Amino acid sequence: MSLVPLIVMVAILVAISVILSVARRLLVDYGECRITINGQKTYTVRGGETLLSYFIANKIFIPSACGGKSTCGFCKTRVLTDVGDLLPTEAVFISPEEKSDGIRLACQVKVKNDIEVRFPEYLLATREYHTRVEAVQALTHDIKHLRLRLESSDAVAFKPGQYIQFKIPGTEEFRAYSIASGPSLASALELVVRLVPGGLCSTYIHEILKEGDRVTITGPYGDFFLREDSTKEMVCIAGGCGMAPIRSILSRLQENGMPRKATYFFGARSKEDLFYTEELKDLARRYPNFRYVPALSEPKPTDQWEGEVGLITQVVERCVGDGSNAEAYLCGPQPMIDASLRVLTGKGMRKEDILYDKF
Amino acid sequence: MGEMITILLAAIFTHNIALTYLLGWCPIISLSRSLKTSFGMGICVMIVMTLTAVVNWPIYYLILVPAKAEFFSYVVFTITIAATVQLLEMFLEKFFPSLQTLFGVFLPLIAANSIVLVIALFMVLRNYSYAKTIFFAFGSAAGWTLAIVTVSAIRAKLVLISDVPNGLKGGGITLVTAGVMALAFLGFAGMLGIQ
Repeated sequence: MSLVPLIVMVAILVAISVILSVARRLLVDYGECRITINGQKTYTVRGGETLLSYFIANKIFIPSACGGKSTCGFCKTRVLTDVGDLLPTEAVFISPEEKSDGIRLACQVKVKNDIEVRFPEYLLATREYHTRVEAVQALTHDIKHLRLRLESSDAVAFKPGQYIQFKIPGTEEFRAYSIASGPSLASALELVVRLVPGGLCSTYIHEILKEGDRVTITGPYGDFFLREDSTKEMVCIAGGCGMAPIRSILSRLQENGMPRKATYFFGARSKEDLFYTEELKDLARRYPNFRYVPALSEPKPTDQWEGEVGLITQVVERCVGDGSNAEAYLCGPQPMIDASLRVLTGKGMRKEDILYDKF
Repeated sequence: MGEMITILLAAIFTHNIALTYLLGWCPIISLSRSLKTSFGMGICVMIVMTLTAVVNWPIYYLILVPAKAEFFSYVVFTITIAATVQLLEMFLEKFFPSLQTLFGVFLPLIAANSIVLVIALFMVLRNYSYAKTIFFAFGSAAGWTLAIVTVSAIRAKLVLISDVPNGLKGGGITLVTAGVMALAFLGFAGMLGIQ
């Protein structure tokens, strides 16, 4: 067999690669560009890449789940410099109000000139942490408890209720999980992960991840956290994995001796979907200020359930009195949050006193 | 010249690449929701298809055939298409940034589309000359643009005047619309013929 076709083929490939490299050097070289963040920090970069890639290169970890493919819409950043019109790939994630406010997706904005951006101050403090899996335990048939121990001696300075992003090994993708442990345990973090059918990260955690594995996380993120200066009575409502941030908040309250009256409503379908039950009941026994109200929406006959029955919002409707001087922390799926908002505002709770985290 | 015009018109009407050969349907179904987007995609396809035909013909006939390496043509065509699209993207970014903003998102989609590859394959199968290949590529792209823009216009109208059953909304009704359009295009058959 003659080798000529093969040589020709390779020659064509090499020629194409050379042409592309030369073209890239000649056509898309934007020289040095400066990225100024919040008017304080300035980074000098070689232009031509996306804003998000420069953030990552400079260890600024803004939320981003999809690895820059414009499918998650998390990397919203306020761009003060004119960088052209909104791209069709961004339009689905940016509301008209956000658009007029200069919000863009960092993964879609190419840096071609000097650029000025703004994002919440706390994001500048987010970092990358290398951890090792200390424990993986099944809590229910589809929820696992994960304990990650930081490899270095430092600690994650987070507020109870915030979340971290879990880097899926072998990809550039991340998934967000609320921290389920209290801040005093900052050298280790606990997560609660539900198996999402077909979900990349949850499948990895449920099927492959084992004790001793190394995991990279970034964070902490989120403006859903315990307002520690408040003394108002607390109503916490969660469903499924919404348990995680509420558990972190309760851990914090427990560390402070449960200074505020708190009631925690947790909704599940049947008894097999309840978890951390003993821990929470024990907390309620030790602190008269705290009440735990689990509720089942579809209890099975074998559950022999004697507690509250119904959707969690119906239970809240029955059990919560005047809400005008209370504060609420909600975490769960969108319909649960929407229904809870209706119920709580109906009880006289002010909208600014209802904090929530949707997933 | 007459033959060139025949190929051009046949590629648009009687041998429409989307409606006769059922190629390039993925973008028609997903992008025809908006007339503006359809038109933008159509213009991009016209540029990319003509440009890749301009590049692929000499590569095939001047390099692959003399080297008896025709069996590599699929791989080479695919790579040339991807490289051409990348070059075009860089060129637009440098010299026409506003056009790049407008068309930039469509270009990578086109690189992976069957219609661009099929032009190179038909060019070989039908033994077209260089000029014929360019007319055929431009005509096919114009025909595809005609198909996506028409489907898009019909969809825009359907939203206003019809009550599409839930199960048929989106892709379903688009395929039905396209089927009816393909039947309508059969009316052109016999007017022009190409080998």
